[in-house]
Amino acid sequence: MITFDSVSKRYPDGTVAVDALSLEAPTGEITVLVGPSGCGKTTSLRMINRMIDASEGEILLDGVPVRGIDPPTLRRGIGYVIQQAGLFPHRRIIDNIATVPYLLGWDRKKARATAMELLERVGLDPALAQRYPFQLSGGQQQRVGVARALAADPPVLLMDEPFSAVDPIVRTNLQDELLRLQSELNKTIVFVTHDIDEAIKLGDRVAVLRVGGRLAQVADPKTLLSEPADDFVREFLGQDRGIRRLRFISADGLRLRTDLTVPEGSDGGTSEPWLLVVDADDRPLGWRPGAEPGRLEPFGTYAHRGDTMRAALDAALLSPSGCAVAVDEQGKVVGVATRQALDEALTEAADG
Amino acid sequence: MGDGPPSIWEWIGRNWDTGRADSIRNLLTDHLTMSLVPIVIALLLALPLGLACVRWRWLYQPTSGFMNVVYALPSLPVFMLLISVTGLSQTTVIIPLTFYGMAVLIPAVVDGLGSVPDHVRQSAVAMGFTPLRRLLAVELPIAAPVVLAGMRVVAVSSISLVSVGALIGQGGLGGLFTRAYQNPFMPPVIVGIVLIVLLAVVADGLLVLAQRLLTPWVRARKGQAA
Amino acid sequence: MNWLISFLDWLREFFGDPENWTGSDGIPMRLLEHLEFSALALVLAVLIAVPLGLLVGHTGRGELLVVVSANLARALPTLGLLVMFVLLLGASSIWPVIIPLVLLSVPPILVNTYEGVKGVDPELRDAAYGMGLRGEQVLWRVLVPVALPLILLGCRLSAIQVVATTTVAAYTGLGGLGRYVIDGFATKDYASVVGGSVLIVLFALVVQVLFALVQRVTVSPGVSRRLKVR
Repeated sequence: MITFDSVSKRYPDGTVAVDALSLEAPTGEITVLVGPSGCGKTTSLRMINRMIDASEGEILLDGVPVRGIDPPTLRRGIGYVIQQAGLFPHRRIIDNIATVPYLLGWDRKKARATAMELLERVGLDPALAQRYPFQLSGGQQQRVGVARALAADPPVLLMDEPFSAVDPIVRTNLQDELLRLQSELNKTIVFVTHDIDEAIKLGDRVAVLRVGGRLAQVADPKTLLSEPADDFVREFLGQDRGIRRLRFISADGLRLRTDLTVPEGSDGGTSEPWLLVVDADDRPLGWRPGAEPGRLEPFGTYAHRGDTMRAALDAALLSPSGCAVAVDEQGKVVGVATRQALDEALTEAADG
Repeated sequence: MGDGPPSIWEWIGRNWDTGRADSIRNLLTDHLTMSLVPIVIALLLALPLGLACVRWRWLYQPTSGFMNVVYALPSLPVFMLLISVTGLSQTTVIIPLTFYGMAVLIPAVVDGLGSVPDHVRQSAVAMGFTPLRRLLAVELPIAAPVVLAGMRVVAVSSISLVSVGALIGQGGLGGLFTRAYQNPFMPPVIVGIVLIVLLAVVADGLLVLAQRLLTPWVRARKGQAA
Repeated sequence: MNWLISFLDWLREFFGDPENWTGSDGIPMRLLEHLEFSALALVLAVLIAVPLGLLVGHTGRGELLVVVSANLARALPTLGLLVMFVLLLGASSIWPVIIPLVLLSVPPILVNTYEGVKGVDPELRDAAYGMGLRGEQVLWRVLVPVALPLILLGCRLSAIQVVATTTVAAYTGLGGLGRYVIDGFATKDYASVVGGSVLIVLFALVVQVLFALVQRVTVSPGVSRRLKVR
């Protein structure tokens, strides 16, 4: 656990970067610091590994004040990931990843073996080990940056806007990958971003900071979206809070109908306005309107296990039928969530 | 020498304008000629060559390789080798200095044109500039600061390099050094060094001035940032 | 094309004369002298300039000194400086000549080392400290390898300067290949002038090639980006 105990950072010219910040980053969770530029989020992060020293207050690492630890020693025990990855251009990827193990005096063989393991763990081809950073794409470099931070298996990981320099598609991949890694590793992660969507996606807890380095609110993402503490937080969260909140409600509870699917070719009459046509493998082909049996209209699917209400609602809006198709891992139809079922679930979500 | 060695000022007064070829005034004129002519010719040659290297990328590698080699050649032996072609004339000094200047200026022209942002070039094309007008009105002005920075290096080093020519009797103010060495006497050395450094400072200052006049936007931008 | 013929004649005369290959005035001896003086001056300059440049680049203090010295070194006439030192200190040893040689070769190394270290991406520095490297580890394991191309460029420029100035220094009595040129010119022995000049030019080119090789061996391919992306 990382504890900020009324920590302030004042510069000689009088600017206050962080103002009496008290905050806890629980062990094994992702705590995101988010806010506009000038809110002191990066300064707060950098005070944890003493890249910057606090002017007042105390930062505790599992109860031990970091102030008392020699900075290089402290930093070797904390993973650190920054925006442009900051890889050493003169060293091969494998040696970049093994930087901290080498510093800690590990046996070279062991350090390299660990590095190879991590390379695969962050989803990179082992063949990249012998390359130099300039030969990798931005997204690959960022993965190497994460692997390097994990190399000595530190319990704590500090991430300073690690994904903000890559394009949106790669960013989404990296975010998903981080969540997957975290589910395996359970590190105590402090993550800084200016992107509220990223904060809400990644954070177990999100701390919103306002300009001048004061804490506006700290809460889990769902609470943050439904109960913003004040106008600043509300404005910072932006549009569509309600819809974005659906991301935190599982679609598992949706009532599914299984009597609306018909195999391809059958054209039996029905009183239903829409029927879902499936192929021999139970994969969806399209919606057949009851009034016009010859046509097939587009459909939208969501994963029956794992997707959220937001995905289910999105799937429903993609089709003129207004229904969402639940599919399993093989893409086979499990059932259909009708408007009525969605409506029930949304009402429940709004209440809870 | 009965009444002791003259002071530097006395020595300057006595040698400033003797009417002979080695008066300080004449040496100064020679020095200016032999340093300015190479700077001007080097610029006039480097511009089209640099442009060619930008237009045909494959030209740049061999050109810069050749210029690197030229730049590494020590001046004195090059002067000596040229004597058999151009004799004991100012040309013998001017030719190598021109090449040294080009070795600095060609990369400066290429880098300068390379510093023209692609969107600026594209929008000039889109607005209907012909290639020549685009070059004159858009690309060269943007490249000017880099080229002028190269000019400053070339001017200062040419002015100091000319003095080596004194060893073949064509060194401008460098002649003061050989004279001082032959009948050991300090004032000419001091006067020579001071005048050469002064010339370099003045040339550098003029180029800085030219830079400000030709590219006023560079300074305006800096002022804004401050 | 007359000059070409006489040029070749002079070369044949110079290199063909067995007397030019032996003794204290022979080519091997003069070559060795030239190498000795140049190397001595360059090594001294490196010893002064590299640590100073690293210090200024790493700490950011003394930047003005670096810039001023670079400009001054370019403006100072080498021949004038040589004559001045010899007149001041006498010609009893090689030091009155070596001192200006060193003085002139310090600035290119100094300014390039400084620029190299200063130009290292701040993110890289930040990452290095953040990994837990100490100040001197950051310098030697990150800043120097990344700045190495510029440091070596400075050394190469200085070497060019030293080889040239060592030649000029023959005028003030220093040994080395410059002797052939200076003495030959004084006695109108053009075979010696041309032969010596060719030797010096070759010497300078070999030094260039050596530096290119050193650069190849010491600079990481990750920095020079020499490798192709496979």
